[in-house]
Amino acid sequence: MNDVDRREAQASGVSLRAPHSHEHGGHHHHGHEHHGHDHGEHDCCCGHEHAVPGRLPFDETALISARGLELSFGGKPVLGDVDFDIHEGEIVTLIGPNGAGKSTLVRVLLGLVKLDGGSVRRRRDARIGYVPQRLDIDPTIPMTVQRFLSLGERVSNEDIAARLQEAGAGHVLDRQISKLSGGELQRVVLARALLRSPNLLVLDEPVRGVDYTGEAELYNLFARLRDTRGLGVLLVSHDLHVVMASSDRVICLNQHVCCSGVPETVAQHPEYTRLFGAEAARAFGLYHHQHDHRHGPAGEPLGEGQGTGATHA
Amino acid sequence: MLEPFLLRAIAAAIGLAVVAAPLGCIVVWNRLAYFGETVAQASLIGVVLALALQMNVTFGVLLVTAAVAGLLILLQRQKVVPMDSVLGLTHHGALALGVIGAAQLKGGQVDLMGYLFGDVFAITDMDIAWIYGGGAVVLVAVAYLWQPLLRMAVHDELARAEGVSATWVRGLFTVLLALTIAVAIKIVGILLAIAFLIVPVVAARPLASTPERMAIFTALVGIVSVLAGMALSVWLDAPGGPAIVLVMAIAAGFSLTAASFRNAA
Repeated sequence: MNDVDRREAQASGVSLRAPHSHEHGGHHHHGHEHHGHDHGEHDCCCGHEHAVPGRLPFDETALISARGLELSFGGKPVLGDVDFDIHEGEIVTLIGPNGAGKSTLVRVLLGLVKLDGGSVRRRRDARIGYVPQRLDIDPTIPMTVQRFLSLGERVSNEDIAARLQEAGAGHVLDRQISKLSGGELQRVVLARALLRSPNLLVLDEPVRGVDYTGEAELYNLFARLRDTRGLGVLLVSHDLHVVMASSDRVICLNQHVCCSGVPETVAQHPEYTRLFGAEAARAFGLYHHQHDHRHGPAGEPLGEGQGTGATHA
Repeated sequence: MLEPFLLRAIAAAIGLAVVAAPLGCIVVWNRLAYFGETVAQASLIGVVLALALQMNVTFGVLLVTAAVAGLLILLQRQKVVPMDSVLGLTHHGALALGVIGAAQLKGGQVDLMGYLFGDVFAITDMDIAWIYGGGAVVLVAVAYLWQPLLRMAVHDELARAEGVSATWVRGLFTVLLALTIAVAIKIVGILLAIAFLIVPVVAARPLASTPERMAIFTALVGIVSVLAGMALSVWLDAPGGPAIVLVMAIAAGFSLTAASFRNAA
């Protein structure tokens, strides 16, 4: 495996650890086994026996691997002892109440925020397509969607049209970006992310300003990108229904990682119920009747759309 | 025919208008107008310092504008007071300090009006050489930074996440801005320097559909305003710098009014 060369996170203030470049034993294949025993320490956490920072080594195969993240704004703790990994071929969703630090964690992982402690490693070949949460674009900048999508990148017009189509916004190509609706703009930024041929997509609340049908379409797109191109997808979401139906792994964050694992595990976790209430537990029940297919521990699709409620082994 | 001093004034002001156009666009897109205003007004301190220490005034201005810009970038990191308050404080504090410093200078021979409103008719051939030589350097640098600057103006966080080194780009741009302001002060004075950068941009916005066209229209508005302003100045025997800025403001007013009617229709 030659993709284990690491690049230290661009964020200054991120402490350096010895570069890992040794051979990996080969037991790590990109796929879903990661959230089984490999990440067992997360699957059954109760939020109060967290790892000592630095206890766990970085995950060599992860696109982004973070350990012991600590961050506070003006003396107020925002993130405490957060470990995080995301691999190719998995959809990981961050959930948590308002102010839980979800967006902050995403920005830390992207190297946009200085850390107080801990460190973030991005794999050298990690290519990240980012769709931020807030997309207000100043109307004083005259710019068409077409121009925005080619800004700073060498991309062909065919690619632009194709990715825009894929993101579900093919009709806005010649419009001014400042005239788009929130949902349209989001899709345009998603198209821009796709144009960078990423192996990791990071989307902060991608369903904001998107109607219910659009939301389902978006999640279908993410699942398709995971299955056909092996993309890793990191989402921040509020919508528990869709999250539970579409994610391979859910991380429930409230300044620290309350619980994480496959959706079934998280949904049954007492911390999850405490944070989201009984409503959330019912949401999980609903999801069993909505989803279309899921992936087994090794990534193979399990039963088609029958709402069997089959759980990961 | 035209007097040489008038020709020099027109040449200098047109050179500045062209250089200022792309910079002005970036300033407006990034909402840096007030930032630029503060940097410009602090330059009076540079004038006073240069006169007190008997060094080149433009050099003194450049030094102080760069220092103030650096200070403001540092102050942007504090989260206690909103940035417009910080700018308001610095802007007025610097102007007060500059005026008091000017009054303290021995002999009291400082032409305060000249520095505050510029003296475009006192431009020398050497000044013109500096405007065109320095202007060419600034234009090349802006062309080089154009894409990253544009990406940061559209969405700063997205640009940084995509690998634009925002600190470098912003730092370099600030130096270019300070340089342009220092030159603009010679022509339109400390109080109107930023107007020279941003008013034509406002006039050009409703006409443009791409960022580059907006920069070109801005330059055209600037050139036309210089010519019309000079004519106005000669006709009314009025100061040149303010005459140019007045024409620019009228053009911007017309353009925005037309845009409002178009939107309403």
